[in-house]
Amino acid sequence: MADAVAGVAHRRLYRDPDRPLVAGVAAGLAAHLGVDVVLVRVAFVALAALQGAGLLMYAAFWVLVPQASVGTSAPRSRWGRSSQLVGLGALAFGVLAVAVATGSWHGSAALPLVVAAAGIGLIWRQADESLRLRWLGLSRRLIGPGPATGAAAARLVGGGALVLAGMAAFLATHDALAAARQGILATVVVVSGLALVSAPLWWRLWRELNEERRERIRSEERTELATRVHDSVLQTLTLIQRHAADPHQVQRLARSSERELRSWLYHPAADADRQFGAAVEAAAVEVEEVYGMPFEVVGVGDRPLDESLRTVILAAREAMVNAAKSSGAASGAVFYEVEPERVTVYVRDRGAGFDPAVVPHDRYGIRESLVGRMARAGGTAVLRSAQGEGTEVALALPLRPGGGGT
Amino acid sequence: MTVGADAPRPRVVVVDDHRLFRAGVRAEIGALVEVVGEAADVRSAVALIRQTVPDVVLLDVHMPDGGGQAVLAALRAELPRVRFLALSVSDTVDDVIGVVRAGARGYVTKTISGPDLAAAVRRVADGDAVFSPRLAGFVLDAFAESGPLPPAADPELDLLSQREREVLRLIARGYAYKEVARELVISIKTVETHVSAVLRKLQLSNRHELTRWATDRRLV
Repeated sequence: MADAVAGVAHRRLYRDPDRPLVAGVAAGLAAHLGVDVVLVRVAFVALAALQGAGLLMYAAFWVLVPQASVGTSAPRSRWGRSSQLVGLGALAFGVLAVAVATGSWHGSAALPLVVAAAGIGLIWRQADESLRLRWLGLSRRLIGPGPATGAAAARLVGGGALVLAGMAAFLATHDALAAARQGILATVVVVSGLALVSAPLWWRLWRELNEERRERIRSEERTELATRVHDSVLQTLTLIQRHAADPHQVQRLARSSERELRSWLYHPAADADRQFGAAVEAAAVEVEEVYGMPFEVVGVGDRPLDESLRTVILAAREAMVNAAKSSGAASGAVFYEVEPERVTVYVRDRGAGFDPAVVPHDRYGIRESLVGRMARAGGTAVLRSAQGEGTEVALALPLRPGGGGT
Repeated sequence: MTVGADAPRPRVVVVDDHRLFRAGVRAEIGALVEVVGEAADVRSAVALIRQTVPDVVLLDVHMPDGGGQAVLAALRAELPRVRFLALSVSDTVDDVIGVVRAGARGYVTKTISGPDLAAAVRRVADGDAVFSPRLAGFVLDAFAESGPLPPAADPELDLLSQREREVLRLIARGYAYKEVARELVISIKTVETHVSAVLRKLQLSNRHELTRWATDRRLV
């Protein structure tokens, strides 16, 4: 039946922690069966009328069906929280009603039972919640401090107090408090004795558990690092050994591996599709890979890419390609600066250069295309060169204050 | 960047935890400077520098036990005549700015050529600062004019002059000092003065952007 739902090959039954009235059983079932949640709830209530069968079923589902991880459906709202409280209240009321109906109602015993039930409900809900918190905590530990657990602790203590109060009240109403006191005293003595004796064991268990968790995180990191090193560095070293006779190839391989490792270590989030600086660097990498001339990129400032800035990137790339093809230099330098009112890029090589007075035809074409491209975006391109002193292309684009490029 | 043949060769200590790299440096600049010793970790570096009192220490930023900053912290006040030049493969802003603020007279990357490295050593030995294009870019970023200054800011230390900014820009564009001098029609000595002034500001300014910006960068 679940297989009939399009796009989902195999679905497991989960409780839905995001839309619960009590524990998310009905919502989970509804999602699983593909029916309206109200229908499921009505069915539970109807079944509850049959000697409480519905309640038992609900409890069984609650215990046996695992909770789905948070965030699989809509984020939980305040309304969701209060509706869950209402649901729990209704459940307690239902239990009472059943007790009255089946004649097991003892007026004096009922109130303490309700109090204790409320406490148990709080603690059980807490168990669900803490499971969720553990999931969240695991992912957040790597980023920063875990979520505040003050409220959770308060709920746990409050629930425990309610249960104790309910128990005490129950005993008091049955005049069993004096007798219980003896028993409680004995229990307390035995339990604390046991706790004292076994404390080192618990403590060690707790530490080992922590240690193991830390070790697991560490080994995950190690695995990721090993994968990364294998994919880039080891592969490259193997290739270098095989191409040892070809210095250009070796250099190219070493450079690409260095770049990859560097960007992984130092610029994890650089996004060449969105940021100007990352796009300049990506263009330099591209030119190096195709034409074999490395460019050292130095940048000041940054801003998000827009259409006119993309034009600047294209022009800078063209200038780099030009330097790689005809300068004869071993390497080049790119400097970009993003200021509030303008963006500038300089592409420089220390190659052969040329005399601007006798511009070769192809150079002329490149210059025109650079200048034209930048002019259409509202900027300028200036070529500077002298025989034997290399070439420098200066690109500049004024920016509208507050907005993108003009 | 040529080195005058008649000038005395500066005495140099190389501190780096990679033996191959130390051997490489010795081979590349050994003819131009006098390498008086090598050290592979912070403790032996401190002992060696105390014993030999070299003109220049080539200092690796990254070492297992604290790195270049630990060496600088141990010796900066004790041996003010010894000059430090940071040398690293690392590009991170924190490392570079950190070691310069701890007292290094400059920063170059390990990809620098032998002759350029020898020239940089000589420049540092003469008391000047050495800015690679990357360091110049970092400094321009750190002293960017945008952003509010703290109220107690010291304009003498916290702002770069227009001329200093021009010099840094040209260095960031890959210009050698003498090319900067020609471009701005000033003497090389003046370029060196500007760069040293920038180094002083970088070391002494408490401009909060210096720290805040490093943090921002890491999060980019």
